[in-house]
Amino acid sequence: MIRDITLGQYYPGDSILHRLDPRIKILATLAYIILLFIVNEWIGFAACFVFLAVEVALSKVPLSYILRGLKVIFLVILFTFVLNLFMYDGEVLVRIWKLTITDQGLKRALFMAGRLILLIISSSILTFTTTPIQLTNGLERLMKPLSKIGVPSHEIAMMMSIALRFIPTLLDETDKIMKAQQARGADFESGNILHRAKQMIPILVPLFISAFRIAQDMALAMEARCYHGGQGRTSMTEMRFRRRDYITAVILLLFAAGIITLRVLI
Amino acid sequence: MSIEVRNITHIYNKGLPQESVALKDVSFTVEDGEFLGIIGHTGSGKSTLLQHLDGLLKPDEGQILIGDVDITAPKVSLLAVRRQIGLVFQYPEYQLFDETVAADVAFGPRNLGLGQEEIDERVRESLSMVGLDYEKIKDKSPFDFSGGQKRRIAMAGVLAMRPRVLILDEPTAGLDPRAHRDVLNMIRAYHKSQADSIIILVSHNMNDIAEYADRVLVMDKGQVRMHGTPKEVFARSAELREIGLDIPDLADLAEKLLARGLHVPKDAFTIPEMAQAIAMQLRGGKTDPAAEGGEDA
Repeated sequence: MIRDITLGQYYPGDSILHRLDPRIKILATLAYIILLFIVNEWIGFAACFVFLAVEVALSKVPLSYILRGLKVIFLVILFTFVLNLFMYDGEVLVRIWKLTITDQGLKRALFMAGRLILLIISSSILTFTTTPIQLTNGLERLMKPLSKIGVPSHEIAMMMSIALRFIPTLLDETDKIMKAQQARGADFESGNILHRAKQMIPILVPLFISAFRIAQDMALAMEARCYHGGQGRTSMTEMRFRRRDYITAVILLLFAAGIITLRVLI
Repeated sequence: MSIEVRNITHIYNKGLPQESVALKDVSFTVEDGEFLGIIGHTGSGKSTLLQHLDGLLKPDEGQILIGDVDITAPKVSLLAVRRQIGLVFQYPEYQLFDETVAADVAFGPRNLGLGQEEIDERVRESLSMVGLDYEKIKDKSPFDFSGGQKRRIAMAGVLAMRPRVLILDEPTAGLDPRAHRDVLNMIRAYHKSQADSIIILVSHNMNDIAEYADRVLVMDKGQVRMHGTPKEVFARSAELREIGLDIPDLADLAEKLLARGLHVPKDAFTIPEMAQAIAMQLRGGKTDPAAEGGEDA
């Protein structure tokens, strides 16, 4: 059950997106998210949607797998949609008691929900096609210039890669502990909210203890292998931009230019 | 009450690229009062099988009958299943959570809906069954104990549910030799104290399996490779080695002695038995009435 969460996981494959340089993928995802919030008309939205659809097709990750990740944050999307629906003035479409739905409200609500969905899918595409190691290596390299002004870029990247590395481990651990407590007759699926919250204690306490134990072992193992921070550290695989990365950058720039022109013109 | 496993198949991550078949058409039965040992190398499907027996996983195909209840049926009450079956996971000490030892051991019985008096009685009894002093430790935190003691407390938590079927997944992993022996003897004592109870023990230690189990199930690549008495199973040493397993030390010794012309039984699974057989041989006398197994070598 807990393994069903696909959000943020790597999906093994060998598509063109998998082979792109992680730096370009990170920058592209960031740019895409910013563009999503620049867009304010249907046509721009359609362009963003098509762009992402092409990305999804190129990634060769099954659509059902991607959509499963959305399930987890369905409530957030619904909440945003409903909140936006009632918040704007304009031509009244429906009136429910003291609340009104206007044409502006409906449009904004649809836009906001759409933005969220596209945002989540685009960032999942990044994690689906990039291994955690590549991702953090890419981030480290991108943040390197910042270390001149005192940003601990290596440490941040290392923390991120450890965090990402341990998501599946902790999920496994949770699964194991849940099963062990279920074997002792614990029931996580019935009862009211208070009862269910109480039933979480037998999971959370062992999980925290495990997390601390794992962290301690990890720190020791790193020290035993002479880890001493980022200074003078070299990498086994050097990242290099190839032709496909330059092509991607050009496509992305054209897309961004198009979206911004649309915004200025309309 | 017997257990009947009928043609179960389990596939992890069905429909995803990581799809893997964990169990494939597994069938066997466990009789009333039997002590079953399960062996198989890492990844052979043992743990998946155990989780099916407790209803924690549902098979993609096949049925599991416990007594006359089909626990793979869609609407079966799993609490009723767990009243019958106790499952001790690997490293059970990592599931301790409550403030006191007594409260932690009482978790299972409380979930079964027993009365307070009955719970107290069971907690007291199970802690003494695992060799701990109830009065001394009941109000202490379970996290203040050593690894071996924590494991005993965790096992007491399962024993307190008084399962008719006790399943243990490598209960001796990582224990020192003395604790190892203690845990196995505890399991045997529980088996004897509960009439007709079934024990299912997964272990990588062939010596333990040979000494304690009535029957042995050998798993390989998600399938049942052998099923029989320790004598039958461990006689097929070449096959066992081929799938990454081994035979008990004493069987290995017997094999080597037989190769050198000393007639000792192949199925002497306790040290005194084997020592006697060797002594008899060394004292002279070509054939030995107590060592029938060695005749045909």
